[in-house]
Amino acid sequence: MAYEHLIWPKDLIDLDQFGSEHLLAILDLAENFKEVSEREIKKVPTLRGKLVVLFFHENSTRTRLSFEVAAKRLSADTIALSASGSSMAKGETLLDTARNIMAMNPDALVIRHSASGAPSFLGERLACPVLNAGDGAHAHPTQALLDLMTIREKKGRVDGLKVAIIGDIAHSRVARSNMIGLRTLGASVSVCGPPAMMVPGLAEEYGVEVFERPEPALEGADAVIMLRIQLERQSGQLFPGAREYASVYGLNDRRLSLAKPDCLLLHPGPVNQGVELTPEVYDCPASVILEQVTNGVAVRMALLYLLVDNAERRNPEQASEK
Amino acid sequence: MTKPILIKNGRLIDPAQDFDARADLLLEDGLVSAVDPTCSLSGEGKTLIEAKDFWVLPGLIDMHVHLRDPGHEYKEDLHSGLMAAAAGGFTTVLAMPNTSPPVDQAAQIRSLLSRAKTIPGARLCQSAAMTRGLNGQELTEYEDLKNAGASAVTDDGRWIPDAAVMRRVLGYAHVCGLPPLSHAQEATLAPKGQIHEGRVSTRLGLAGIPAEVESMAVYRDISLVRLTGKRLHICHVSSRLSLDLIRRAKAEGLPVTCETAPHYLFLTDEDVGQYDVNRKMNPPLRTAADQESLRQGIAEGVIDVVATDHAPHSVLEKEVEFMDAAFGVIGLETALPLTLRLAEELQLSPKKVAELLSLKPAQILGLPGGTLLKGRPADVTVIDPQAEYVYDVKTSKSKSRNSPFDGWKLKGQIVKTIVDGTIVFEG
Repeated sequence: MAYEHLIWPKDLIDLDQFGSEHLLAILDLAENFKEVSEREIKKVPTLRGKLVVLFFHENSTRTRLSFEVAAKRLSADTIALSASGSSMAKGETLLDTARNIMAMNPDALVIRHSASGAPSFLGERLACPVLNAGDGAHAHPTQALLDLMTIREKKGRVDGLKVAIIGDIAHSRVARSNMIGLRTLGASVSVCGPPAMMVPGLAEEYGVEVFERPEPALEGADAVIMLRIQLERQSGQLFPGAREYASVYGLNDRRLSLAKPDCLLLHPGPVNQGVELTPEVYDCPASVILEQVTNGVAVRMALLYLLVDNAERRNPEQASEK
Repeated sequence: MTKPILIKNGRLIDPAQDFDARADLLLEDGLVSAVDPTCSLSGEGKTLIEAKDFWVLPGLIDMHVHLRDPGHEYKEDLHSGLMAAAAGGFTTVLAMPNTSPPVDQAAQIRSLLSRAKTIPGARLCQSAAMTRGLNGQELTEYEDLKNAGASAVTDDGRWIPDAAVMRRVLGYAHVCGLPPLSHAQEATLAPKGQIHEGRVSTRLGLAGIPAEVESMAVYRDISLVRLTGKRLHICHVSSRLSLDLIRRAKAEGLPVTCETAPHYLFLTDEDVGQYDVNRKMNPPLRTAADQESLRQGIAEGVIDVVATDHAPHSVLEKEVEFMDAAFGVIGLETALPLTLRLAEELQLSPKKVAELLSLKPAQILGLPGGTLLKGRPADVTVIDPQAEYVYDVKTSKSKSRNSPFDGWKLKGQIVKTIVDGTIVFEG
């Protein structure tokens, strides 16, 4: 397969580590692994005897479950650490945690953390591959890959498509990784969100078009990614409220009709129905939100396999702690 | 009485006398006792320093350091800080008062100054808090602090957001003869900011600190200088926006001075790279355009002083998630070589280097040093401007290791640091 001829990094931090050839190779591999999930016996022995540590310093149900299912379908053993259940709650530092995880000699570490940069911090200090399952407002590469996989599956390509990303861009690691991935694969991207949820330099940094209002961003779109608004955090501060948000930025039938008739609707979940999307839109034929979840497992299987396999092929000297 | 010191045949650089030529320099009884351009003083009975290949500068003065004493002695204390200063060629440093507890009473000033006298390193000048407990509201007792030996007042680390309080500070500091130093940052604009707001903060998913955080505060501060007619020194200027305001204020004849730090002159926000915590400071590293503008400000003389903002932190504060890492970097031992490099790149004279690192800080703080005029304190820095080496932070005399310049190739080494006629450091 194509991936075997490519050089892979030790860790998965963000999609800016990859060119289009790498991204397509990951998607191809994920498609192969997706087939495993459709079998009667949904398991392959690929990572038997390997230990995957799932370190979720920040709450997450979906991503953690998805990684866990992915690891199990590859026959790896998994242990899950969460901030509240681990010694982090007792004031242990990330460095200490890293050293303790290291002592368990895992074959891969999956990390979700509220601080941007935490995965690279661990990646520099751990011998095993580190997979970023979302860090602060920085990156969420597996989410972006499953979005790319879903779009490619439905449209047959990513190159030349127009994708709109709407919502809280400033705090969204999903948006950042998607902007990188989509642009690398040749899509054009338009982004839109309330002023307090935007950051400077988006056009220059990512080559995207930035809009104040969702309508022009949606015009002619092949796919739209609606981002989750964290109501608990932002209500009344960055935005006047959920009702106001729905009226200016929420996706409803009228706004969706500005996009292409076969436009896809994606959302990283969990959805605030009635805020980012009306319930009608959530259930419309355009919605591929649940397919995203299925593809998430396949993408994570592909990445776990790729990076663990890659670590084995690397110089064993590099496997010692720095 | 210590033996007289004769520094022979050195290239003596003293901007206060507009002097840059070969001369002998004699130090006796803690004072400069002779400058002899004919180089014919006899070394008999004196400690002789042959300085044929060296520059002889008025003792360097760093008017912005954090020595963490009292309260955070595990990061730095008076001893390690003053020894690191001496190793960096500084004969005098001005310590900031944002310690724990903050230095806001005369007794604390006396205690720090008397402890410092027993340390064989740089001379300590201590600044006092502008407001009680750095609360930004009630003025401290400036006259009492001045009498105890305080050299300046500042709430460094915080800005005084209440304009009426700041107006009173400027007026009263002038009455008591204490230079006020402002940490000009309107932090409410970016309360969670980590690095400069721009492409890099966007890419790294870190909350930004726009340059306006600084320039808004500088504008307010300059407005109060205009209103009161009293002087103000603005600390660690990082942006073009602020510098432009200061340039205009100076053109207007307002009594405003300012400093910048070497890291703003050599690094930009791009150097934060992949979350390098030793490139995290406040104000943050800004853009290449800001850097260019600061360099121009140095060349033009809009920036009076290069000061380090030496801010030691241990691994406990630094080897953590970027957003949790403390702001600040150390700089005492890299300031001189970096300023020499700047001079080379901008084609500034050696006199200008001495002005930035010695004469101007002395003038702003009202210190007798900053020059090698006869009768002035025997504070001298002898350097080898040609010596090249790779800076290894592990060799630092500081207790902390948070330098952004570790591994940099530097040129310019300290040969001797002389304070009050005593050699406190030999390279």
